[in-house]
Amino acid sequence: MTAATRDAALHLGVLTLLAGLWFVLPTYHSGNLARIMVLAVYAMGYNLLFGYTGLLSLGHALFFAAGMYGLAIAMQQGGWSAAPGFLAGLIAALVVSGVAGALALRTTGVAFMIVTLMFAQAGYLTVLYFGAITRGDEGFVIPQAARSLAGIDLTTPANRYFAALILFGAVFLGLAWLVRSPFGRTLIAIRENEARAKMLGYDTHAYKLRAVILSGTISGASGAAYALLFGYAGATFATVQYSIFPLLWVLLGGAGTTIGPLIGAIFMFYLIDLASGVTDAYMLIAGVVLVLLTLFAPQGLAGTLRNRVWPWLP
Amino acid sequence: MTDKTPTRAPFTRRAALATLGATGASLAVPGLLPGLGGTAQAQSGDPIKIGFQVHRTGIGAAYGRWYDRTSQAAVARINDMGGINGRPVELVSEDDGTDPKRGAEVLEKFANQSNCDVAFGTLFSHVVIGSAPRAAELKLPYFVVSEGHHVASGMLNRYTLQPGITDVKSQVIAMAPFVGDNLGKKVTMMFADFAFGHDHRDFFSEAIKEQGGKVIKMIAIPPTETSFTKYFPQIPQETEVLYHVMVGPAVLTFVKEMGEFFGPSRPEIFGYIDSLEAVSIDSPGLEFLEGTYFWEGNPRYAQTDQTEFDKAFREAVGVDDSGASITDPADVSTYAHMFGCWETLNVIKAGMEACNYQGPEDRQALIEAVEAMTEMPASMDHPQGDKLFNGKTHQVFGVQYISKVEDGMLKVVHTTSIEDGFYPDEVDYTTQPF
Repeated sequence: MTAATRDAALHLGVLTLLAGLWFVLPTYHSGNLARIMVLAVYAMGYNLLFGYTGLLSLGHALFFAAGMYGLAIAMQQGGWSAAPGFLAGLIAALVVSGVAGALALRTTGVAFMIVTLMFAQAGYLTVLYFGAITRGDEGFVIPQAARSLAGIDLTTPANRYFAALILFGAVFLGLAWLVRSPFGRTLIAIRENEARAKMLGYDTHAYKLRAVILSGTISGASGAAYALLFGYAGATFATVQYSIFPLLWVLLGGAGTTIGPLIGAIFMFYLIDLASGVTDAYMLIAGVVLVLLTLFAPQGLAGTLRNRVWPWLP
Repeated sequence: MTDKTPTRAPFTRRAALATLGATGASLAVPGLLPGLGGTAQAQSGDPIKIGFQVHRTGIGAAYGRWYDRTSQAAVARINDMGGINGRPVELVSEDDGTDPKRGAEVLEKFANQSNCDVAFGTLFSHVVIGSAPRAAELKLPYFVVSEGHHVASGMLNRYTLQPGITDVKSQVIAMAPFVGDNLGKKVTMMFADFAFGHDHRDFFSEAIKEQGGKVIKMIAIPPTETSFTKYFPQIPQETEVLYHVMVGPAVLTFVKEMGEFFGPSRPEIFGYIDSLEAVSIDSPGLEFLEGTYFWEGNPRYAQTDQTEFDKAFREAVGVDDSGASITDPADVSTYAHMFGCWETLNVIKAGMEACNYQGPEDRQALIEAVEAMTEMPASMDHPQGDKLFNGKTHQVFGVQYISKVEDGMLKVVHTTSIEDGFYPDEVDYTTQPF
């Protein structure tokens, strides 16, 4: 089996499994999985920048929120329907990530982390400042009646699940292809040794900017999908906490692996969900598990599998 | 002598595996196989499950702790009285982390995993607004104790109701005549630049205008601010009343710096107790509050004309006459708000009894039964005072209290009527389909 066939089998297998799970999982868990798939898109966007390009951002909530508010404001204030609203979300995230990337990439390393963090904080305060439109920290509801796409009601469990799956599948397959493409391999080369990539003649700044924009736009797609599928946009999603989440999901699942973000998002969701059913101090349990995982599986779950069992794992 | 001790079968590896397998299956199957987990019909002795979305962690934790205690006490009382429709009541509590995303997930857990009959409890507006769309999609009645105007504004849906606490718009409208008549007509507002502060800004400036007064300056304070000295010089000289609504831990600094700024000569000061819920009024640095006024949803200190209902309520929830825990005087309650949990649970009980609620198939009937409610007289079910429920807007209206800080205690100086807080309906949820 060639590497390409094996990759295709893995990715299509994951998507088939996710589609099949709808028919066997009880309502609660299939609802969770719909939400997880949307958030895994966010993690995949983050992974492109962190896992494949080696740029650690602490401000991705800015892009997630740009997509979320791009859609939500277009629908709520502009009366747009879901499809153009989603496009508005994508464009908002693209523009914001382009501007933030162009400025933040003037720095490197720790400074890049701090600058992205500050951009996200500025984004959060902007949401609060324009409270007359955004309803600030309270946020607002996108009416159930408006949440349909091409006549399909996205508020029913089945439609929501498969809409999330389609978005997840498109990003999952697209990124799987991208990281194997010359562009993706250049990003990996930058991650491994930027000076060498530059010496080989690559305009690394341009590549990194494209990576930030692509990563930010995918994150924005997740934010827009979240607002559309779950009917709410709020400033909480622009807080620093929501910049840390994708970092955690990617670290746990395996940075620089295509499957890692999904695994990390599932793992974190159920770790909190199950631990909260056992004790009120569930964040302590989550913290201990995260420390143990970092100690014993520093490459994340998929990264460890790749190191120990399946070296071919993309 | 014969040994009568029953012989125990030898515990073999096979038996152990069989036991483990059976136990595992019994635990796993209801949770994992579709259709078997929770759709079994309720039996007459089965408890009525009320999903309690509680702020155990996050910014709302202090409120959540007391909302929890109050709700547990209310459920214990309901069960002591025979439960609801002959069935015991069980509170299924889940932490929402004071986060709208987790809040919505918790509602899904209530509806689809814990098989709760209704959901209840939330205070923070962003959690309510983030969760309410899911409540409607899950067709799960969602009783909130938030005091936000989001329910009555029409933003939410037919499945979301607020029958236990008056909303902020009504509170502010009811307060304005007292402020205008007794404290002054020229008001400067200092408010947290959050949606809650914006509600006060918008509603109060309108309400004071109707009293012949005027807001002469609005000072919005960013939520990240930790020092306020640069804002006080913006207060105009002619200010007669300073109206403040702050949130978060910086409020202690705010009050201290306000005292340092004004010294002995200050305007009248009126604030919302929300800033100081769960904080002792005699905390160091709060001495400047002496002689200032506060809105209270329910008087923290037992008053000389305390009702028998308030007395029994304090006893039930474990609060002393100064509003602190009877077991730990340093543990100050969120007394101005937590009565809402008690009253909401009693409204759920009354609604379920009115529609003879038997199970989830009666959820719509329950909402219609609550929508049909009107007068809720002061009683052990409603210890805060008389209420009037508006079924169209899903919002209750009650009396409000204005207290003055005297000798380090809050003494009620004015009680509004229910009618003082009325405003025209902004929505009619009863016309919306289920």
